[in-house]
Amino acid sequence: MIEFLNFYLIPGLVLGSIYALGAIGVTLTFGILRFANFAHGETMTLGAFIALSLATFTGWHPFAVLPIAMALTALAVLGMDRLFFRPLRHGSTIILVIASFGLMLMVRSLVQLVWGAQLRSFGQGIDLPWVLFDALRIFPKHVTIVCAALVLMLAVHLLLSRTRAGKAMRAMADSPDLARLTGIDTERVIVTTWIVGAGLAAAAGVFLAYDTHVESQLGFKLLLPIFAAALLGGIGRPYGAMAGGLVIGLVEELSTYPWIGSEALVPPGYKTGVAFAIMVAILIWRPSGLFRGRVF
Amino acid sequence: MSAGAGATLGEEAGTPVLALEGVTGGYGGAEIIHEVSVRVGPGEIVVLIGPNGAGKSTVMNAVLGRLELSRGRVRLRGRDITGTAPDRVVRQGVCYVPQSANVFPNLSVNENLEMGAYIRRDDFRPRMREMYELFPPLAERRRTPAGNLSGGQRQMVAIAKALMVEPAVLLLDEPSAGLSPRFRADIFRVVREINAGGVPVLMVEQNARQALGIADRGYVLVDGRNRLDGSGAALLADPAVGAMFLGGRGDAAGTGGGGTAPGAAAP
Repeated sequence: MIEFLNFYLIPGLVLGSIYALGAIGVTLTFGILRFANFAHGETMTLGAFIALSLATFTGWHPFAVLPIAMALTALAVLGMDRLFFRPLRHGSTIILVIASFGLMLMVRSLVQLVWGAQLRSFGQGIDLPWVLFDALRIFPKHVTIVCAALVLMLAVHLLLSRTRAGKAMRAMADSPDLARLTGIDTERVIVTTWIVGAGLAAAAGVFLAYDTHVESQLGFKLLLPIFAAALLGGIGRPYGAMAGGLVIGLVEELSTYPWIGSEALVPPGYKTGVAFAIMVAILIWRPSGLFRGRVF
Repeated sequence: MSAGAGATLGEEAGTPVLALEGVTGGYGGAEIIHEVSVRVGPGEIVVLIGPNGAGKSTVMNAVLGRLELSRGRVRLRGRDITGTAPDRVVRQGVCYVPQSANVFPNLSVNENLEMGAYIRRDDFRPRMREMYELFPPLAERRRTPAGNLSGGQRQMVAIAKALMVEPAVLLLDEPSAGLSPRFRADIFRVVREINAGGVPVLMVEQNARQALGIADRGYVLVDGRNRLDGSGAALLADPAVGAMFLGGRGDAAGTGGGGTAPGAAAP
C-alpha cells in the first residue's frame, strides 16, 4: 500500500500536473486558432533550456528563474507566430498543422545546435524525501511542482473567468465569426492565447526537467500524452485539459503497478502506450471528450 | 422600379440613418443582389421580406462590409461606409444580430452582454441594467451559459448583446426563425419596445405578416431586386404581397386599404 503511494500515486500526480499544464496550451490553441499545434512540445523543451541557462548563469533556483523563462519562451513563440502562423492564418487548417510540424523539427534542431543533444540537469544535489509515519516518502520537489502547477492553473482559471481578455478568449473559442461581429480584437486575443499557452508550456518543461533532466527530446516525448489529455478533456476546454492531464498522468503511472500477480501490469517502457491507447479509444467512442469539446 | 404605389406612404423625413443606394454585389464574383435600394429613417422599423434566396440576408451583409460590391453605396447617417470591414462597421454603431450562432454558448448571459460591450471604454453597467429590465427572464439567468437557454431566451441574449453599445441602427436577421408562436410574439413586442426607445430597426423576416404588422415601412425583394415597397399596412393589404407570402389571402390583414389588381396597392 505504502509502496503504491510512494512509487505510483505520487509520481502519477506530479506527471499529471505537468501534462495538465501542457494540455491547456494545446487545447487553447486548438480552440482559438483552430489547429493542432505540433510545435507545442518544442515550446516546453525551449522553456526548459532557457530556464537551465538562466539558472546556470545566475546560480538561482530553477523556480526563481521560471517567470523569466516563461516570458522569454512566450516572446519566442510570438515571434514564431509572426513568422510562420500569421501569414497562413486565412488558409486551410491543414496548412497550419503542417507548418507547426515543420516548426517542431526546426526548433528541436535549433535547441540541439545551441544546447547540445546530451542530458543535462538542474543539479540541485540530492533531494532527500520527507518521511511521514515512517513509511510515506514525499520528495520536496514533488510538492513544489504540484503546488506551482496548481497555482498556475488557478491563474488560468482567474484569467478566463474574471478578465475581459480571458472572456474574449472564450468568446472567440466559441465563435470567431461572432467575436469579429461583436467588435472583439481577434488578433489581440490570439496574442494572449500564445502568451498563456507558451508560458504554461515553459513551466511544464521546467517542472519535468527539475524532476528528471533536460534533453532536446523532452517536449517531443510529452507531446503524445498531452494531446491525449487535451482530447480526453474535450478539445477547446481548458478545464477539461487540466482534468485530462491529471487522469493521463495517473493512469500512465498506475498502469505499471503490479495489479495482478507480482509483475508490472504494463512494463514501464510501454507506459506512453497507455496514453496512446486512451487517445485512440476516445477518438473512436467519444470524440468530443469527457467535457463535450469540439470534435477533432 | 418599385411597383408599389404606396412607396410615398410613411416615407421618412430628413437624412436616413442607413441607406443602401443602388447596391449590386455578391460573393466571389457571383452577383446576388442587383441595384437594391433600402432606406431606414430615424426611429423607423423597416422590414425586408421576400422568398428564400431573394437576397435579404445579403443586403445585411452589404451593410456589414461582408459583401463584394460592384456598384452602389452604403451610407450610415450620411457617411459613406461602403466596403468598411465588419468590426469597424460595428464600432460605428451598427448592431447586428445574425440569424443563428448569435450568442457565445459557453459564456454566461452576463458574459455575453459584457462581450457585447467589448468596444466600450466607459462603464457599461447602467446599460446592462437597462437590458435586464427590457428582458426580465434574462435577469434570473445571468449566470447560465447562453447555450443552455431556450431558443427564445437565446434570441433575447443575442439582441441584448447587440444593444450593449449605443446603437445607430439595429439589424435583425430573422429574429423569429425557429421560435414557437408565443416566443415569436414576444420577440416582435420587444422589437417594438426597443424601437419606441428611439432605435431604428432594419429587420429581415420570414413571418411577413407579423413583421409587416409592426413595421413602419417594408421592402419586398425578389431575385435580388427591389420588387415592392411601401408602408407596412399598405404591403399587408397588397394582394401581390398576399399571393407571395401570406398564403394567397391578400385582404386577410383587413387593413381596409387593399387594392384589387396586383401591384396596385391603394395609398
